[in-house]
Amino acid sequence: MDYVLLVEQLLNGFQLGIILFLMAAGLTLVFGIMDLVNLAHGSLFMIGAFVGGTLALATDSFVLGAVLMVPAMFVIGVLLETIALRTLYRRSHLDQVLATFGLILFFNEATRLIWGPEGLVIPLPDFLEGTVALGAGITYPLYRVVIIGVGLLVALGLYLLVAKTRFGMLVRAGASNRTMAGALGVNIPALFTLVFGIGAVLAGLAGLIITPITQAAIGMGEDVLILAFVVIVIGGIGSVRGAFIAAVLTGVIDTMGRSFLDLLLLLVLPANAAEAAGPALASMLIYILMAGILFFRPQGLFPPRGATVIQ
Amino acid sequence: MCKRILGAVAIVACTSTPASADIKIGFVTTLTTPAAVIGRDMRDAVELALEHIDHRMGQETVEVIYGDDEFNAQKGKQATERLVLRDNVDLVTGYIWSNVLLASAPVVLNADKFLISANAGPSPMAGRRCHQNFFNISWQNDQTPMALGELLNQEEIQTLYVVAPNYVAGQNMVAGVERSFTGEVVGKDMTVWPSQRDWSAELSKIKAAGPEAVFMFYPGPAGPAFVKQYQQAGLIESVPLFSVYTFDSISLPLFQAAGIESVLGSKMTQFWAPDMDNEQNRKFVAAFRDKYGRYPSFYAAQSYDSIFFIKSAVEAVNGNIQDLDGMRAALRKAEFPSVRGTFRMGTNHFPIQNFYERRVVQDTEGNWTTSVGPVVLEDHQDPYAGECAMEG
Repeated sequence: MDYVLLVEQLLNGFQLGIILFLMAAGLTLVFGIMDLVNLAHGSLFMIGAFVGGTLALATDSFVLGAVLMVPAMFVIGVLLETIALRTLYRRSHLDQVLATFGLILFFNEATRLIWGPEGLVIPLPDFLEGTVALGAGITYPLYRVVIIGVGLLVALGLYLLVAKTRFGMLVRAGASNRTMAGALGVNIPALFTLVFGIGAVLAGLAGLIITPITQAAIGMGEDVLILAFVVIVIGGIGSVRGAFIAAVLTGVIDTMGRSFLDLLLLLVLPANAAEAAGPALASMLIYILMAGILFFRPQGLFPPRGATVIQ
Repeated sequence: MCKRILGAVAIVACTSTPASADIKIGFVTTLTTPAAVIGRDMRDAVELALEHIDHRMGQETVEVIYGDDEFNAQKGKQATERLVLRDNVDLVTGYIWSNVLLASAPVVLNADKFLISANAGPSPMAGRRCHQNFFNISWQNDQTPMALGELLNQEEIQTLYVVAPNYVAGQNMVAGVERSFTGEVVGKDMTVWPSQRDWSAELSKIKAAGPEAVFMFYPGPAGPAFVKQYQQAGLIESVPLFSVYTFDSISLPLFQAAGIESVLGSKMTQFWAPDMDNEQNRKFVAAFRDKYGRYPSFYAAQSYDSIFFIKSAVEAVNGNIQDLDGMRAALRKAEFPSVRGTFRMGTNHFPIQNFYERRVVQDTEGNWTTSVGPVVLEDHQDPYAGECAMEG
């Protein structure tokens, strides 16, 4: 097998993993700490793309738009939490699923009314276009390298925030045992709001950063959301570290499956059957992975310390 | 006029007031989801056609009721059921997606009503599942890519890589190209539809395979995303991109906004282009641009044609649309002013028509559009017509 192709596909998988991580980090904190199933997290991904894209077009600078998107998404996240989601914490998961599903419909329709059905195209600045040579005959799109870099920086920042700061300590305490943390005097509602705001920023960043590649479209967050749920289940709900490792694992396995599974199947199946079965099997791979991991480790790979298994 | 998209209030308002029009036409398309841009183009064209015929077919007044398929075969079938069973429309047209059409066709045909596809042309409906009350006013899925395969032969392309979505139309497109292309297909990827919007893995494979050209089919908003990534991967200068149904009046403004200059000159094949020189097309394109401020897409052209196609049959039976045999005979003649010029209806009720080379150009006002070139396939009939054993 051609090693250049193999390395490129690893990079592709890693880059997909980075996007999944940005989505999953917020999702896992919200689910782990607040015990809230937030299907509307995918809407935040979409809103980040549209709001950030509009800001980028208005300021004529993609970078400036991305910077301005951060406070905008934080405010949107805080508003969403205080207006809609706060009332759901004491309700059952089914109620939460229904209510946040309603939010998806609301946000999709709102986006259609504001931006129209055609979506949004964000041009890349010239200095982000083109490819870079990574040595040994490997060329890779520069912008995808930037995505990987930004994702790694965010991961590092989140690690420092969660592992080294007082805020992070409270977050970890909340993820391990919410009731106990509250009893010790932690202002849980304020913590929730803050965590949700950060989750919104991360989801928005993921949405915006992928938009120059995929374009902003209504409902763009829903497919990513499903993968993000897979990631947090594999990684252990509430664990940012688990989310990172699981996201990269998911991204790489999904990409490798799409790239090489049909070739592998060709070894054992006739061409027609391999052609048909390859894509189908490839799209199942990560779910098979999830089922396998859940069988051996129902709490996921890296559950927060002291957290009980989700019933 | 009932516009389902306005929501429950409108539905109540619509159903409580009996329809006043003599002829009711159901039109199923995509009015929500990202693919709604296509549905909007089709609806705008239908509204324009109704204006041009003064909402009349012969002596009869006509009304179009829209159904939203939500880009989903099951939802499309439900929308069709509502039109046929509740609204009791006289005939049904529209349908962008082949899978939606295949799921919905039995609903209409079992109710003994005419079904006229304004876009989707899946192979079963042209062959084994052809039906005396089903007509297609666009093309059979395989035809345009067959013309493209021929164009590739003319361009002396030897090695080709194929990328298309893994659903019935995508499979038909690929089959069509492979049917006529005489070179070697060195790689083929069928991707998850409609969710996959990142083709990093496929683009890396294309780069590794090093073909002379790439054939792709991504209708609607997925097309610009693919081309953008194709450009970002550094492929667009080295490997020419051939496509069908991807560079159209819906996607080209997006390409232009994104400044992807490299699509200018890109070649495809099609049965129609906005600058095609005939009276009906000149009138249609000018009026469409005047009213909506943009070029019509081929989806719009076909939708515009569908109204005139139906009108020709209604007038042939003097408005007595219960005369199914008379209607059918008139539809088979297809004697109406089409924006594509003259064409014949084949025995399987799919058009026999010319397919042209078409390329992306800049018009005199600086807008990106497509321009028609020489004929690639003349009076072409789809390859499934022989499998159609039609009764009646």
